Amino acid sequence: MPFYRNIAAKIALLPMIVISLTVFVGCIIYSFFYSLTNSKLVPVMNYVGFDQYERLFKQRKWDVAVENIFIYGFVFTIGCLIIGFLLAVLIDQKIRGESLFRTIFLYPYAMSFVVTGLVWKWVLNPTFGLENSMHMWGMTWFELDWLVNRDLAIYAVCIAAVWQGAGFVMVLMLAGLRGIDEDIWKSLSIEGVAKWKSYIFVILPMLRPMVVTAIVLIAAGVVKVYDLILALTSGGPGYATTTPAMYVMENFFSRANLGQAFAASIIMFISVVCILAPWAFYEFYLRNKYANN
Amino acid sequence: MSTIPKGPRPKHLTVGRIGLYCFIIMCALFFLMPLYVMIITSLKDMDEIRAANILNLPKELSFYAWPKAWSQACTGFVCEGLKPGFVNSVKITVPSVIVSVALSALNGYALAFWRFRGAYFFFGLCMFGAFIPYQVMVYPLLKIEDFLGIYSSLPGIILVHTIFGMPILTLIFRNFYASLPIDLFKAARIDGGNFIKIFFYVIIPMSTPITIVAVILQVTGIWNDFLLGLVFAGRDNQPMTVQLNNIVQVDYGVAEYNVDMSATILTSLVPLFVYFISGRWFVRGIAAGAIKG
Repeated sequence: MPFYRNIAAKIALLPMIVISLTVFVGCIIYSFFYSLTNSKLVPVMNYVGFDQYERLFKQRKWDVAVENIFIYGFVFTIGCLIIGFLLAVLIDQKIRGESLFRTIFLYPYAMSFVVTGLVWKWVLNPTFGLENSMHMWGMTWFELDWLVNRDLAIYAVCIAAVWQGAGFVMVLMLAGLRGIDEDIWKSLSIEGVAKWKSYIFVILPMLRPMVVTAIVLIAAGVVKVYDLILALTSGGPGYATTTPAMYVMENFFSRANLGQAFAASIIMFISVVCILAPWAFYEFYLRNKYANN
Repeated sequence: MSTIPKGPRPKHLTVGRIGLYCFIIMCALFFLMPLYVMIITSLKDMDEIRAANILNLPKELSFYAWPKAWSQACTGFVCEGLKPGFVNSVKITVPSVIVSVALSALNGYALAFWRFRGAYFFFGLCMFGAFIPYQVMVYPLLKIEDFLGIYSSLPGIILVHTIFGMPILTLIFRNFYASLPIDLFKAARIDGGNFIKIFFYVIIPMSTPITIVAVILQVTGIWNDFLLGLVFAGRDNQPMTVQLNNIVQVDYGVAEYNVDMSATILTSLVPLFVYFISGRWFVRGIAAGAIKG
């Protein structure tokens, strides 16, 4: 096929090709290359092997960041899935005011992470927030000092994040539920299967592709969580709620420790690949293979 | 966005359905609580905020926090409120949305109708870019923009938003165009249409619905962005989210929670407005972004 055939389309796609190669591929190569140097304030080509990675894994702060991202990732993903699915099932019960409820459950998703963080920071304020309300209503045993508690602050982040993201899962699941054939419901009711049982054991497995898509999208977003935590806790108390993304940004822009930042960012990238690879392999390779046979 | 529930309306309320409504209303109250707290806090004066329950309605409405958040609240030594941030956000969002949607529509068109060898390889690379954490790319991209002489400027941030918006937008445009009848395209070809002519006279007039979805996705996404604005926009072009965070997180002086909450509401007004006006389209945007190509 001569090069000039279909030349207009090639020119039209040139920006995409250039951006894919220079930004998406180029930046990763650049970051990896400089993660093998001891760059401080400016990138310098002073090869030190995997020293930066070794140093990274020895940092207490990095350990905390990794631990946090696992807690956050687990609680946020599970929380979003359970609450999102539950809300979708509730809305699917032919209730009145369906669109009103759907609007209410989804509006947080339209808000930015910064706004979400700041609102929950105020609601969970240890002096004036919900804890104080409960005390004023006579429930003096009630404790909600999560934001100032080293062990619980990360769960406050999870609550804010689930509040923001559950509506997204609900929309996906609701689309799936609406696509379920009426005949399946009929046969289930003829068999006399309890409704909650049919949802969990029959309908949920049928929604598996949607659940998988939701998990992958949520999990890929988990790795880059940054602004929410910055607004809600600023990584505190101390560095109790710091995350890999914050660690990278700090080393880039306030600690002038570029080598560390590059190394940490490459680890973030590898973890995203680990999340995506099995899914992509299944979606694009296995499915095509079976489809062709 | 009214949807008529399928099937017959339940004849009478059973205990189960009353329980269902109670539960869904409680969920709705939980989702609405932060919005409610935000609004009433912004309408109280500081004495009442310190003395009263965070959930109580204000005894006396006080509106002074709103103009203060808009034009007087301080970030560091500058006391201009959120207004400059709002103006900057508009200056960033409008061109970014136009450029990224136009470019992605062209990409989607070329990919759907004018495939050439290797086009889908680059499209795959581009989609892969959607999942790379920003932290891996910010520093090298900053270097690229510095080299081009647009780092820390309006064109710089617009380019960044165009780059990061491209994968998902190209995907939804491609999927939309791929769902159009191919005969339409063939007929236009037989009539002598070329790449440009078919795009402008056949494809664009049919693209209204998907363009609305793309614009909504981009307006909310870019308006809510924090990280990219912080790094790439430069001191003079800081978007609203960055200024909001600066206003609320001041280290000195007395925290004015009513001003903070007014500022938070002001920042989320644009995406909330878009969301409430365009509910159905917003949902379509989520669904379109979530399906795989």
